[in-house]
Amino acid sequence: MTRQPRALLIFVIAYLGFLYAPVILLPIFAFNDSAIIAFPLSGFTTDWFSWLMEDESLFRALKNSLIIAVTASIISTIFGVLTARAMARHQFLGKQSMFGLIMAPLFLPEIIVGVSILIVLMQLGLALSLWTVIAGHVLLATPFSVSILTTAFNNLDRSLEEASLDLGENRRGTFFRVILPLVTPGLISSLLIGFTISLDEFVIAFFLTGTDPTLPVYIWSLLRFPSKLPIVMALGFILLVTSLILLSIFEFYRRRSETLAGGGQISENK
Amino acid sequence: MASPAKAKISTKILPMVDLKDIRKSFGDLEVVKGLDLEIGSGEFFSLLGPSGCGKTTLLRMIAGFETPNSGVVSIAGQEMTNFDANERPTNMVFQSYAIFPHLSVGDNVAYGLKKKGLSKNELKKRVDDMLKLVDLEGLYDRPSFALSGGQKQRVALARALIMQPKVLLLDEPLSALDKKLREQMQHELRRLQRTLGITFILVTHDQEEALIMSDRIAVMFDGNIAQVGQPQEIYERPVSKKVASFIGIMNFIDGEYLGKKGQKLHVRTNSLGEVLLEPHQMPSDLKLGKVTVGLRPEMMTVLYSAKEKSEHEFKAKIKNVSYYGDMTYYSVTISSLDGDISISMRNTAGRHVYRIGDEVRIGWGTESIVVLG
Amino acid sequence: MNVGTQIKQSFDGWRLMGTPFVFGLLLLLTPILLMVLLSFWTQDYLDLDRTFTLANYKEVFSHPVFITLIKRSVVISLFVTAFTVILAFPVAYYISFYGGRRKALLLFLITIPFWTSYLLRIFLWKIILGYNGVINSGLISLNFIQEPLTFILYNSNAVVLALAHAWAPFAIFPIYVSLEKIDRSLLEAGRDLGDSAIRSFFRITLPLAMPGIIAASLIVFIPTIGDYVTPKLVGGTEGMMVANMIQVQFSKANNAPLAAALAIVSLSIVVIISLVFLFFNRKYLRRQI
Repeated sequence: MTRQPRALLIFVIAYLGFLYAPVILLPIFAFNDSAIIAFPLSGFTTDWFSWLMEDESLFRALKNSLIIAVTASIISTIFGVLTARAMARHQFLGKQSMFGLIMAPLFLPEIIVGVSILIVLMQLGLALSLWTVIAGHVLLATPFSVSILTTAFNNLDRSLEEASLDLGENRRGTFFRVILPLVTPGLISSLLIGFTISLDEFVIAFFLTGTDPTLPVYIWSLLRFPSKLPIVMALGFILLVTSLILLSIFEFYRRRSETLAGGGQISENK
Repeated sequence: MASPAKAKISTKILPMVDLKDIRKSFGDLEVVKGLDLEIGSGEFFSLLGPSGCGKTTLLRMIAGFETPNSGVVSIAGQEMTNFDANERPTNMVFQSYAIFPHLSVGDNVAYGLKKKGLSKNELKKRVDDMLKLVDLEGLYDRPSFALSGGQKQRVALARALIMQPKVLLLDEPLSALDKKLREQMQHELRRLQRTLGITFILVTHDQEEALIMSDRIAVMFDGNIAQVGQPQEIYERPVSKKVASFIGIMNFIDGEYLGKKGQKLHVRTNSLGEVLLEPHQMPSDLKLGKVTVGLRPEMMTVLYSAKEKSEHEFKAKIKNVSYYGDMTYYSVTISSLDGDISISMRNTAGRHVYRIGDEVRIGWGTESIVVLG
Repeated sequence: MNVGTQIKQSFDGWRLMGTPFVFGLLLLLTPILLMVLLSFWTQDYLDLDRTFTLANYKEVFSHPVFITLIKRSVVISLFVTAFTVILAFPVAYYISFYGGRRKALLLFLITIPFWTSYLLRIFLWKIILGYNGVINSGLISLNFIQEPLTFILYNSNAVVLALAHAWAPFAIFPIYVSLEKIDRSLLEAGRDLGDSAIRSFFRITLPLAMPGIIAASLIVFIPTIGDYVTPKLVGGTEGMMVANMIQVQFSKANNAPLAAALAIVSLSIVVIISLVFLFFNRKYLRRQI
């Protein structure tokens, strides 16, 4: 590591300050004994967290969000596996176009996606429900799943499958004994990413949710009431900590996936 | 016990691998162009050729990973052209080794046996025996991502051999190893093959490797087999200029085939005079007219003193000297030839060391010449 | 290979990828096509008139409110993109060239603030910039100012600031990846041939980082035009953007076709600007190094 240019270093530190500015507020005001989010600070309290624990609509919204997030992440991961496998191992007509459509949600403003689905549902006279939100989230999460699993499948040396066949195993056995164990870390990463995306997603949920709000939609409704703001701080703090834990697990599995599939050599000598 | 290597397989004994009129194309590209090959039981056979010649595709068709577009693949007397890889009595050592990274050494080696319903103890014993055979004793529980290249290669070998295949297929198994390790493994593989008596088919682009290890070699170019024979045959009597220059170094001189003179054959070379050759020194179907004559560098000698004599001699001037430790290669020019001649001399004690610009006499014998179509 | 054989050989791939593809067809392509269709109809309260008409588009392009909104959305997005990418570059550069063994840690540190809800983050900016917010109450209690600042919230400035914050990591990562791919020996070769550090930056580093810069710009620009939450929370009236109007037309004004027309126009502008941008930078995209 060469000598660091001072100006650049100062810039980076200032930039990090900018990035952390909003987030630092969360722990500060989640424990601040005041209904108004402003300086000076008033004192320490955990009241806001107790409020959270007693808020029934919060728990209902949380439950909805969890159901949606789990379902959406599982479905998008399945889609991701199918797509990644097809792209890595097969040639077929329309390959690029099909891939383009599946990845398209990455490049479209969410509001376009949300409004257009809403239009279809209205025209068809279908009601909004948890499933409409799940469908929207699957659309959003699948491209991420595809990227993660494409890397995992590309790292899977084709000759591993051939070796398994050569040693007498059939296709089904090869899948369970070789392919599945090796893509599992990728699967877990994909599930976690899909889960996180869904949990935090607001715009599409806002447009497609029926009478059962998701957590972000619920938070949105809270934001109208100034008295509830510290509760929102407390909630935000909890979400931050939970996300961090999830992210760390994701990192761990991603590293593990790289070690397994890469399998670098320790030394060239006997 | 290894059976004696033969130039031709006797038709009374069935070959272990029999390929008839095999063709294979990928899209518009024809990779294997209608070849026939017989490989005998217990042979160490090599498929030798430059990259892209089709040798790996051929190996994969024997293994069952590719199906030929036409032709018949028979293994151990049974036609298996359309059999899947897991239905054939063959096993393969892959170029990338293909060691399962999520399994230990022992589990890798035991992989193919797991379905055979052996008792746990019996399985472990067989794996341990095999590990001892390939010099990996005691590494049963070692995770496979912690292995060196040479170790991985031996795990791949053990994993294949434990299946007791009738034919072991090796796809450039030594190309990723450094020189010393490669030489060591070459001898190991040869020893292993002799001990087990299994048919080995090796694919390589390294002609030295093929020469060292094989009972017989098939030299391939562009989807066709150019020559099949024992190493000595291929080296000393190559059928074409292409084969001759692929194996070792060969000096090429233009000449003319003038016809028979009694039992011998009359050939005039443009720069080295006229010779009378034995029939085995040229292709049997050779026609009169222009030919290329080949002479290996080690078949010529730089004559030191006036006392040293040779059957044929010519004068030359040394253009370049390359020292290889055990040999020295001299590049010489002669007046009647456009190109350079390469001569190699063993570096024995007390020999004279020549320098660039020295005028020397080069000697050679008639029996060293080979005519290439 | 004729089409017949190609189709036969495609079954495996189709079987695998069919489900997600059909899902995308049903939930993405069809709705968008329907939205296009809807934009040519008219709606009166709850009655939908299906006669083909360009009335909605005429309204979008003539009504001053709509024109202003669209212009403002484009301008804000361009500002946000420029702001975000230009600020992100030095950070990515620092991590790639001076990060050493701490590169992964630094990248991780950058992502932590973004593992809170997006909604909350924008809301936190509202708190920071508000009349009684953190900045104002802090500056007042320190006696730097007497009256709270009003220009920092409920206008486009706040929107630009909040969005530049929100998109920061999405800009940093592609630029970082591009910079990492640059073979360091290229820079050494440049120095060896006589370039100063600054010259080799402009002649070697920057051009080779362009694919990442282009990717970062598109990643920020495309979703920003259609952003709903930020203008709603911190934009006030002066900072309102086209997505808010789309939502209003859809729900309160019961004019779905007009909303659809607005959406299509916004989407088209996004696509056109992106294509123009890619066109002018095509020389950087030719080779995938």
